[in-house]
Amino acid sequence: MEFVLLIFLPIVAALFVPFLYKTVKNIHTGWFVFIISAALFIYYLRFIEKTLNGNVDTSTLSWIPSLDIAFIAYIDGLSLLFSLLITGIGALVVLYSIFYLDKKREKLNNFYVYLLMFMTAMLGIVQSDHMITLYLFWELTSISSFLLIGYWYTRDRSRFGALKSMMITVFGGLMMLGGLVLLSIMGDTYSIRELIANASSFIGHDYFTLALVLVLLGAFTKSAQFPFYIWLPDAMEAPTPVSAYLHSATMVKAGLYLVARFTPIFASSEVWIWLVTGIGLLTLFWGSFFAVKQTDLKAILAFSTVSQLGLIMSLLGASAVAYHVTGADAAIFKFAAFAAIFHLINHAMFKGSLFMVAGIVDHETGTRDIRKLGGLMSIMPVSFTVAFIGSMSMAGLPPFGGFLSKELFLTSMLALRDFELFNFATWGIIFPIVAWVASVFTFVYSFYFVFKTFAGKRKMQSLPKEPKETSLGMLLSPVVLAAIVVVIFFIPNLIGKMFVKPAVVAMQSGLYNHPDEVTVNVSAWHGWSPELMMTLGIIALGAFLFLTMSKWQKLYDIQPQYFSLNALYDTLMVFGESGMNRLSRFYMTGLIRTYLVYMFAFIAAITTAALFIQDAFAVDMESFSPLNTYGIMTAVILVLAVVMVLFAKTRLAAIIALGGVGYSVALFFVIYKAPDLALTQLVIETVSVALFLLAFHHLPALKRHGESTKFRLGNFIIAAAVGITMTLLALSAHSQKLIPSISQYYKDTVFTEAAGGNIVNVILVDYRGFDTLFEIAVLAIAGIGVYSMIRLRLSRKENSDENK
Amino acid sequence: MEFVMAIVIGILFMAAVYLILSKSLLRIILGTGLLSHGAHLLILTMGGLGGTSPPVLAEGVTDYVDPLPQALILTAIVISFGVTAFIIVLFYRTYAEHKTDNMNLMKGNDEHD
Repeated sequence: MEFVLLIFLPIVAALFVPFLYKTVKNIHTGWFVFIISAALFIYYLRFIEKTLNGNVDTSTLSWIPSLDIAFIAYIDGLSLLFSLLITGIGALVVLYSIFYLDKKREKLNNFYVYLLMFMTAMLGIVQSDHMITLYLFWELTSISSFLLIGYWYTRDRSRFGALKSMMITVFGGLMMLGGLVLLSIMGDTYSIRELIANASSFIGHDYFTLALVLVLLGAFTKSAQFPFYIWLPDAMEAPTPVSAYLHSATMVKAGLYLVARFTPIFASSEVWIWLVTGIGLLTLFWGSFFAVKQTDLKAILAFSTVSQLGLIMSLLGASAVAYHVTGADAAIFKFAAFAAIFHLINHAMFKGSLFMVAGIVDHETGTRDIRKLGGLMSIMPVSFTVAFIGSMSMAGLPPFGGFLSKELFLTSMLALRDFELFNFATWGIIFPIVAWVASVFTFVYSFYFVFKTFAGKRKMQSLPKEPKETSLGMLLSPVVLAAIVVVIFFIPNLIGKMFVKPAVVAMQSGLYNHPDEVTVNVSAWHGWSPELMMTLGIIALGAFLFLTMSKWQKLYDIQPQYFSLNALYDTLMVFGESGMNRLSRFYMTGLIRTYLVYMFAFIAAITTAALFIQDAFAVDMESFSPLNTYGIMTAVILVLAVVMVLFAKTRLAAIIALGGVGYSVALFFVIYKAPDLALTQLVIETVSVALFLLAFHHLPALKRHGESTKFRLGNFIIAAAVGITMTLLALSAHSQKLIPSISQYYKDTVFTEAAGGNIVNVILVDYRGFDTLFEIAVLAIAGIGVYSMIRLRLSRKENSDENK
Repeated sequence: MEFVMAIVIGILFMAAVYLILSKSLLRIILGTGLLSHGAHLLILTMGGLGGTSPPVLAEGVTDYVDPLPQALILTAIVISFGVTAFIIVLFYRTYAEHKTDNMNLMKGNDEHD
């Protein structure tokens, strides 16, 4: 079966959702969606067998063959892992949403259409081998995520959050497109696999670093890395199933997927290792540090997601180091890739379950404010258990999956100290220290999340609703996820063998050929190693900090509101809008004169500049015809008449002077032997002057409207510039004729071909009759225009109607 | 002679631009009139002014003036006349409706941004 088509299964199913929603009223639409995602999950399970042996599968759907663009689904360990997460957690989230969203009150058709759209987009990202379709699906996730965050579109906060996430992720997406295009130019292919195969040839290429930075921008914005994480906390306005699905388990991991996928291409670069590891660790610390500050349950989880994504990102950066070291040291960096994937799975599980618990608490108590909550342990025992398991896993305590992945993480960070290239020997010590401090804060916020909500005194009076344990259906999904979290701790090596090792092989394709070569063995007890000591330190200091939290949590208030990344974003947006507005208003004054000044000034400047830069100015006296006494006299008359027009005080004088100019032009036509022109010019000038005189009584007096001397001087300078430009242009053009006139043909054939003697007339009606046809049309239109302007009075008629 | 004509054309363009940039609508229309004269003369001059005989077939004449620019100008004259007539009436109507010929007053207000 062509499994590339399965990518499109959700979006095709989305077409039927509104129909089902409208017709099948008594069944919650979510069940239909649940079947789709569960079926996909089961289908993708079949690929495990293949990836276990290091095999891959591809399936192609041609789209634009002439441009070499196709949908290529490519399933290896990494994309299979992601596909399973997407469909599996997708199914659980849909199940949860069936009980979370009310059938009657919510617009379920919208919700599930967006969700299915998103599922297609995510499957497309992780399975695409073609960079252009990868980008296509990438933007589709941005769009569907925008729609999902703004699901309750009547709320201001939802719209703000949706817009913010859209702006940031689409910015990153566009940057990534640039990077992908550069990559395709470098490798002369759109296929990621082919790029990876030729990775060594890119080193030192001009575009290499630029492509690297652009691709990373895409990954960092999507995966909410510093400083682009700011959209994620605001995206918490989405319904909780969306937060659980998009903003913990799947979409934010698209950036991680991208980094993992492109690691073999960019790993050779120092910039890549520093950026990915450094930004990852910074995000890890920043997110964990600010998570403690939050008072909203979902905001805590959002910052915790940011932090955990940073952790995985830094591990991915460390895994690139494996390409630079050989021998015994190499093994320890190969660890990092394993740790990254392993934690990615862990995080998807526990974060999904925690979001669902936060949703349950919100659903049952009516608030997510941690200050109003407390003592729910005995009322909601199941939710508490799930939250406890999730939080302890997040804090990295045994016996939960998070413990294992955190130990692996600390091992990898400790190993970075010993990496000798790229200044790591000097700065490497920072990595384990930051990682450790961040882990302490992770511990604190995990405890903060679960115990401030469920332990302590009950605050019934502050809750909007009477709390009670929620329905079985809503608990089902978080319980399944929590169970997996516990199971992972006990069978880490099975999970490693089934999912992680094939993914590592896919991610570090140059280093391994078969999953069995990945020799990482995870065990819960691994001796009195330094990382276990660090964990004990985390527990000790974390417990101390948690117990004394009320004393130091106020320290967060020291940071002023205006000095934050959110404030920077807001300022940028406001400045962007008002700045652009001011810029437009600055040059768009609404005055015709201003625009004309721009045009004339640019015409004069550009023409003159081009004339001299191209060295095109030339005056060839030889090409000019001899001076002509009548011509000079006429020229003097014409110039005098022009001056009269300029300085006329009354409109009558101006009109007559304009007529004078017209008649001198007619005289020129006589002198230069153009009888037809002279005739036409005379008649038309007469008619024009007559027209002016006809309108004379209706015309206003010739006023200057308070034009200042400065105003006139400005006009004069522009006018002089244009006049001089035209003179220079005319002289140069006449002095440098490249080819002779084609008129010899007209002269030769006017009688033999067209049976006429007047060459001008024959040209007008015979050789070039079309010009004449349409100039007649112009005259006709002008006539109709004049007539209608004088006769039609629409606005006045309407007014008079109103008056009646 | 083309040299003189080039200067005359320059003066025509200069005067035309100066008038077009002023605030009074009537002066702008006068400016467009001058601009079209300048353009017509430019076409004529660029065709060369050296011929000795008008472009009408006659016995024993070989050196005709170039007829093509003349045909082009003839078309241009008629079109600019049509446009001028239209503009004059437009001007008349504008003045009748708005009671002003000051271009500075004839701009959209901020409500229509």
